[in-house]
Amino acid sequence: MTAKVVTVTSGKGGVGKTTATANLATALAANGAKVVCVDADIGLRNLDVVLGLENRIVYDLVDVVEGRCRLRQAMIRDKRLPELYLIPAAQTRDKNAVSPSDMVRLCDELRGEHDWILIDSPAGIERGFRNAIAPADIVLVVTNPEVSAVRDADRIIGLIEAEEKGPARLIINRIKPSMVKRGEMLSADDVLELLAVDLVGMIPEDENVVVSTNRGMPVALDERSKAGQAFRNIARRLNGEQVPFMSMNDDGGFLGRLARLVRPGGNR
Amino acid sequence: MAIEMQPKMQIKGVRDGLLVTLGEGSWEDVFQLFLEQIDQQLEFLRGARLMLDVGNHVLKAVEMSRLRDELSERGLQLWGVLSNSPTTESTAQTLGLATRLSKPTTQRREEIPIDMPPSRDTALMIHRTLRSGSSVKYAGHVVVIGDVNPGAEIIASGNVVVWGRLSGVVHAGAEGDESAVVCALNLAPTQLRIAGSIAIPPKRRGRPQPEMARLVDGQVVAEAWDDRRR
Repeated sequence: MTAKVVTVTSGKGGVGKTTATANLATALAANGAKVVCVDADIGLRNLDVVLGLENRIVYDLVDVVEGRCRLRQAMIRDKRLPELYLIPAAQTRDKNAVSPSDMVRLCDELRGEHDWILIDSPAGIERGFRNAIAPADIVLVVTNPEVSAVRDADRIIGLIEAEEKGPARLIINRIKPSMVKRGEMLSADDVLELLAVDLVGMIPEDENVVVSTNRGMPVALDERSKAGQAFRNIARRLNGEQVPFMSMNDDGGFLGRLARLVRPGGNR
Repeated sequence: MAIEMQPKMQIKGVRDGLLVTLGEGSWEDVFQLFLEQIDQQLEFLRGARLMLDVGNHVLKAVEMSRLRDELSERGLQLWGVLSNSPTTESTAQTLGLATRLSKPTTQRREEIPIDMPPSRDTALMIHRTLRSGSSVKYAGHVVVIGDVNPGAEIIASGNVVVWGRLSGVVHAGAEGDESAVVCALNLAPTQLRIAGSIAIPPKRRGRPQPEMARLVDGQVVAEAWDDRRR
């Protein structure tokens, strides 16, 4: 078994990297894959909270890197899915506590026993970002349909190409179909026209996400949530399945055009 | 004999940090020697900002990011690479590193140092999309086959031609050539400069068409290419 390393990044903060990482990991593990998530946001950890595992942390990523514990000791098993693990970030240190080569070594050690390694990148383009993408086989860029988030996504895609980790794949998060319809929000087409990368998922704005995040219960486990469905679809695309993009409203117009953009998700 | 073959390395202080000049020889040897020398003086160097003059070495992105990572693991910051090779320079630029000594942010527009002999007849061909954060400065013409996204900039002493959508900042005739022009299939720059004139084009609707911008009586004017031909 050789795991694929997927790094979730964005440039801008607050667009939904951690939510996306938690939900993709959950959706992949719910399909029976062995998944480990690594929180690379040292000093501002969140992934443990979103997965509802905060109270189980004993050792963290920095402890592993600095040799205070074995890798297995820092891996927290999810309370719902037996094949999902989390390696939490340290809260009391900063990004410089870990180097890109530490991350490569860590992932090499994990690769043999898992199917997927998901890395939650911090915002920004500095050390933390470079730590997160160093071991990546696949880079997912999360953006919102807002000019500022798209601008940062463009910058980060350029950096990913420069690090020869490309081509990045795009997740557009928090789309509000009603606002797009009124012309008040960038459409997925507008975003794709500028960024010119493959789309791997569109997540509609969904209040369930806030509720589930606060409860530490990823929305991907909620059968009724549209956002949960969208995350499950991305997980299937990562596995190489062809899944049509879900309709977010009754208007088949722009989504119909997008459906033609579907590409295989998993193997590069 | 081996001693004589060893590539030399020099370190000197400059305004923005330390300038390290690397010697000739195979890149692996030069790189290893450089790391050894750095390690020997690590206490003294820790926290320093380094500018590396790599001379004639041609570095690919992998090598340059390795260089940067090795330095960053030693607590040193690589902020720029000086090179005689345009390939290496463009690699440095895509990694967000400086490629000349004084910081571009403190430069004034009229003083853009362009370290190749100015020639109106040479052109730099860029066959990719320039994304936000990338910056191209060239003494001559610049031709881009691809888009220039918002947040990217092109500064050329000659003309700028973009076979694609131009949405970033563009400066043609940066050394004062008022006859310089900017052409694009979709001319929608954030800001367009020709010689000393600056224009902020209005937002336009409708189908984009190929246009050329030039200076007419000190004013930047953009005309549709089809209209010019008639």
